[in-house]
Amino acid sequence: MKSFVKNLKELLKYPSAIAGLSMIALLILLSILALNKYPYSEAIKLWRGTEQDWYTSPKFAQPAWTNWFRLNKLSETITVDSSQHPDYISVDEKSDGSSVIKISLPFTFNADSYQTDLAVYFKSTFKDKKPFVAVSLKTPDGRTIRLKNMAIGTTDTYRISQDKALIRKLDGEQPEIALFQDPESNPPQPLKGDYALEIEGVTFEPGSDINAEFIAFGDVSGIAGTDHLRRNLLIPLLWGTPVALLFGLLAAVGTTIISMSIAAVSTWYGGWLDNITQRIVEINMILPFLPILIMVGTFYSRSIGVILGTVIILGIFGSQIKTFRAMFLQTKESPYIEAARAYGASDSRIIFQYMMPRVIPVLIPQFILLIPSYVFLEASLAILGLGDPILPTWGKIIDDAYSNGALYNGWYYWVLEPAFLLMFTGLAFAMVGFALDRIFNPRLRGQ
Amino acid sequence: MAKQDTQLLKIEDLVLHFKVGKTGVVRAVDGVNFNLGFKEAVVVLGESGCGKTSLAKAILRLLPKNIETYSGKVILNGVDTMAMDDETYRKDVRWVKMSMVPQAAMNSLNPVMKVGEQVAEPVVIHNGASKEDALKQARKMFAHVGVPDQFIDRYAFELSGGMRQRSAIAMALVTAPDLIILDEPTSALDVLTQANIFNVLKHIKNEMETSFILITHDIATSSELADKVAVMYAGQIVEVSDAERFFSEPLHPYAKKLMASVPKLRATVEPDFIIGQPPSLLDPPTGCRFAERCPRRFDLCKDEPPVEEKDDRLVKCWLYV
Repeated sequence: MKSFVKNLKELLKYPSAIAGLSMIALLILLSILALNKYPYSEAIKLWRGTEQDWYTSPKFAQPAWTNWFRLNKLSETITVDSSQHPDYISVDEKSDGSSVIKISLPFTFNADSYQTDLAVYFKSTFKDKKPFVAVSLKTPDGRTIRLKNMAIGTTDTYRISQDKALIRKLDGEQPEIALFQDPESNPPQPLKGDYALEIEGVTFEPGSDINAEFIAFGDVSGIAGTDHLRRNLLIPLLWGTPVALLFGLLAAVGTTIISMSIAAVSTWYGGWLDNITQRIVEINMILPFLPILIMVGTFYSRSIGVILGTVIILGIFGSQIKTFRAMFLQTKESPYIEAARAYGASDSRIIFQYMMPRVIPVLIPQFILLIPSYVFLEASLAILGLGDPILPTWGKIIDDAYSNGALYNGWYYWVLEPAFLLMFTGLAFAMVGFALDRIFNPRLRGQ
Repeated sequence: MAKQDTQLLKIEDLVLHFKVGKTGVVRAVDGVNFNLGFKEAVVVLGESGCGKTSLAKAILRLLPKNIETYSGKVILNGVDTMAMDDETYRKDVRWVKMSMVPQAAMNSLNPVMKVGEQVAEPVVIHNGASKEDALKQARKMFAHVGVPDQFIDRYAFELSGGMRQRSAIAMALVTAPDLIILDEPTSALDVLTQANIFNVLKHIKNEMETSFILITHDIATSSELADKVAVMYAGQIVEVSDAERFFSEPLHPYAKKLMASVPKLRATVEPDFIIGQPPSLLDPPTGCRFAERCPRRFDLCKDEPPVEEKDDRLVKCWLYV
């Protein structure tokens, strides 16, 4: 413990180490935040969510903060829900049990670009007779544009942008553009100001009720933007952090410690044990790593635990064992090992308390640098389609972006965000690793 | 003790041969006999490469992998340790009955362990003591060998050569064994430190109930400590004698030459030297192994000389038959 504190103090002499450590701390903080904000079950539910969970958010929306750097602000998503605002509703009950329900959903359109999609989601309660609604839009310059008359079920959606009749009426123009244009301007400009979506409904039964939610999807959304399934990318970005760190750490710890133990034991006893270990390592080094993982992923399971286990098993008998063996062979012949043998230290004591501590200084920097390489491996596997089918991870985001043509379509944020986090992680560990290398590897110190 | 014995250690016909290459055999220890009493110090003298260190390792069973033959008897306190299996030997003999200060003892300290803990290690291993008790014991030993208390918390590389050597000796003493084998405890040390170490050894010999086997080239300084001298040549013991008579009048021609090679302080005699080199232990000559270099060689030397006893002194030379 004392030596740990001492090493830490020495580590803090290196500015790169301070930067690296604070970056790692930030990543850990991000992980804690992720676990707090979206507990596992909720994160999984949202990540694997359907239209139900995500209908309020737009597809392929860029992060909202990108607007800060834009002259022409992109539209944000506008949501107005009558069930949240009872004062938007006025009910006029008739004596025959029917009633006229007027819903006025006001919103402000202020962007320099048009909305990408318009939809109204209806909810109503009734027994036999469906309520009837008439939808129209009131523009800031006083026009009222009739959109559609329709009967609605208990839940019903009116997709304004896909209303063929409306498009015909608007001379073939897309409603989300035509409706928000200033008719006076030439070339056409968006008309900014206060709009209202007016819904006049008639119910035919007492106690019958209508609620409407108007959503004008925008081009930007949230801190991180959204993907092709309207999911908020913040969830996989946040959740990817603990997954990546844990995967990297477990894989690095697993492979290094186990392969170091195997190398120590096989070197100490030597003979056939050493021979067998070396042959296994040589065979394993020839076997292709990725194809085996792909095989496991394809035929057995793509769950992160199975992949992690395979990575560790394949990594144990990797080239590391050769490096450790070389160091142990040298240590084994040291006079102090013979002295230990002379004073009756048992084999296990010599292996674990005399030989291994000698190698640890060399191991620590290597180990730190190994963590990000496993983080990258996990992301690469996800891009190859071997990502965990349940967990949201950084690699999964890149995979989705890739398969949806993010780069062709100019949705750079979708690739850059997880890529940035991956590079950030790599950089953080690399900076700490290099500083540690200087501390533990005295030959580098003077340079 | 079950069997009261006048001798602490009896070595009978101890043989240690190494394999070299496919067929070569190095006869490092080739039929060694000698006895050691309680509280007695024997000095093993001999040239480099005559098997002194191998003898020490054979006694303590610290064997490398390439063993050809390892046989004979090492009877300690009436118990033949050669008959024990490795695990019993490790637990019951090493450092409990016999300990060793290895050659280049300054390098025999674990670089990642504090010297105090290092010295305490044998106590932890053999007596199952807690670390604190063991450290207390180690502290006592440090006082014995003259290492100041504050060095206990340091690492080996923070100590001078002499300090490290003392620590190694402290480590050998810490379990209070009956026998300590010191393999060139003063090699690679400057003269002052050598003198210091020998003072420590003398002090220990007077204070503690321990026997020594001291392997050295340093004839002059070892004379202060020795009760008995054994001279080794080409894997064999050629003379065993009490120290007093040995230093005044060695018997074996090799021993005579060896003594003559020691420079004398106030005499005008030039130190003598021995022509040639000791024979290769890969293929030692038949007959007397020293014959080739012996100034008093004669016909009988073609055959292996017997070990003759003369006034309680053992000598392996045809001259005394």
